[in-house]
Amino acid sequence: MLLALWRLSPYFLTASNLLNIGSQISMIAVISIGATAVILMAEIDLSVGSVAALAGAITAGVLHGIPTSWPAGLWLGVALVAGLGVGTLAGLINGFFTVYLSIPSFIVTLATLSIGRGLVLLYTGGRPISNLGESFAQISWGHIGLLPVPVVIMLGLYLLAWLFLRETQLGRYIYAIGTNKRAVELAGVNVRTIELGIFTLGGAFSGLAGIMLTSRLDSAQPTAGTGWELVAIAAVVLGGTSLYGGRGSVAKTLVGAFILQIIANGMNLLNIQAYWQQIAQGSIILLALLVERQLRRHGGG
Amino acid sequence: MEKSQIARQGEDKVLMELRGISKRFGGVVALSQVQLVIYPGEVISLVGDNGAGKSTLIKIIAGAYQPDEGEIRFEGHRVRLRTPRVAKTLGIETVYQDLALVDTLDVAGNIFLGREPTRLRLGPGLHILDKCRMEQDAEAILHRLGIRFASVRNKVEQLSGGQRQAVAVGRAIFSEPKLVVLDEPTAALAVREVEHVLELIRSLRAEGIAVIFISHTLQEVFAVTDRIIVLRKGKTVGNLSTKETSIDEVVKLMVGQERSLVADNRAG
Repeated sequence: MLLALWRLSPYFLTASNLLNIGSQISMIAVISIGATAVILMAEIDLSVGSVAALAGAITAGVLHGIPTSWPAGLWLGVALVAGLGVGTLAGLINGFFTVYLSIPSFIVTLATLSIGRGLVLLYTGGRPISNLGESFAQISWGHIGLLPVPVVIMLGLYLLAWLFLRETQLGRYIYAIGTNKRAVELAGVNVRTIELGIFTLGGAFSGLAGIMLTSRLDSAQPTAGTGWELVAIAAVVLGGTSLYGGRGSVAKTLVGAFILQIIANGMNLLNIQAYWQQIAQGSIILLALLVERQLRRHGGG
Repeated sequence: MEKSQIARQGEDKVLMELRGISKRFGGVVALSQVQLVIYPGEVISLVGDNGAGKSTLIKIIAGAYQPDEGEIRFEGHRVRLRTPRVAKTLGIETVYQDLALVDTLDVAGNIFLGREPTRLRLGPGLHILDKCRMEQDAEAILHRLGIRFASVRNKVEQLSGGQRQAVAVGRAIFSEPKLVVLDEPTAALAVREVEHVLELIRSLRAEGIAVIFISHTLQEVFAVTDRIIVLRKGKTVGNLSTKETSIDEVVKLMVGQERSLVADNRAG
């Protein structure tokens, strides 16, 4: 497909376009880290887009409230704390309802998706909050060496997540919980705390993505992040992680996110209407589920 | 009955003793005045029809249920098995029928689930796994049981039923238990694999570990046990030395043609 796109539009495979893709996917990719962990535990988080939007809006609101005389570092610090705080709190709420009140995460996060979006509209009055200052824009437009900051954030977090899931005890429990929760409980592991922690971490990643998007647009849009839950799930399943839990890899989720964006970019370069992208994402999820169903039936696992 | 038995065993120390155990669920009497004695390194079996009280009794031994009446002694001390954890701490490991294995983890990962060796502790939960040690120790444990796997890195879902049992037993003996309870370990196995599990039980006995083996197949029970306890309608109706009894006699006790007095006198 890469080759096909390159033949159709030679601009496609240039380094600058690849870095551009990297920046574009960084937000979805960051969210997809949390989504991978949640899905590995055989749970789901549909609220990621709303939480990102809420975190972005509150970050923007807080930034407007800070005197311009404050040093740039403090500015950034306050913005990050606000956005990450909102995300973490939202994740904690998702986790609490799912884990301690035993409500399916599908329903809990569908509800918080709606609540989150409502709060964003309420907080912004339906209008974007813009002009957030030069230093805040650096989160999305700055460079570290040759690499854009969002690409560095993304790659750094993926490396950490990959090591975490592969090499740590907790990472192993996340896979095990998604396969046979009762067995892990019987082994004396505090499953509930781990589940709560992962939902919370997922919320924090959504918050970070919200900050990155707001910085990128220099504006908190009331409709920001709409439909992100589907893109994130598509990236996760395209990376081969099972929606039934217990199997998958976060590194491949990054590949999944890349492929999705390449499809989108390719469609743009070929002048295909953007609406088709949504159709493609939905179809990818259905297709992945079908493939896995067949594999389970015939492979015995 | 107990006294004569203990006297007969002479110098042998009793590992675990249950006296007058009763358990009711609502109005239903599941167990009534059950007696059970097990010695170190002894393999016994609980047999009885469905509803005779086997699984209730196992769960009491495992610490999952509390008896309404009666006394449990372990290594001479009176104990209360309030939780499965308490039982485990004393040295009682139970391998349940549904095994509680994690299919997507490898053999080593399952043997060490919940107690993985780590080599670096970076913070709460961020312990780096010592996979080398895990694999070596897992191989050592399986070797003790006389089992060879192609690799302890194989995922459990790729194993046969008998191999899965071996992993579950390997998991149980890691903590050096004194008593292992095996709840129908042969129930879902091919005939060829049953022999492997029986062999597994013999290696436990060779290590001095006592085993309570539950099976619906009396041939298996006779092939591997030293003693057979027969339960019927929540009561102990037989306590027989495997060498001195027959399938016929056990079946008669299970279904209720009384010979329990004779059987009790011969027990030991």
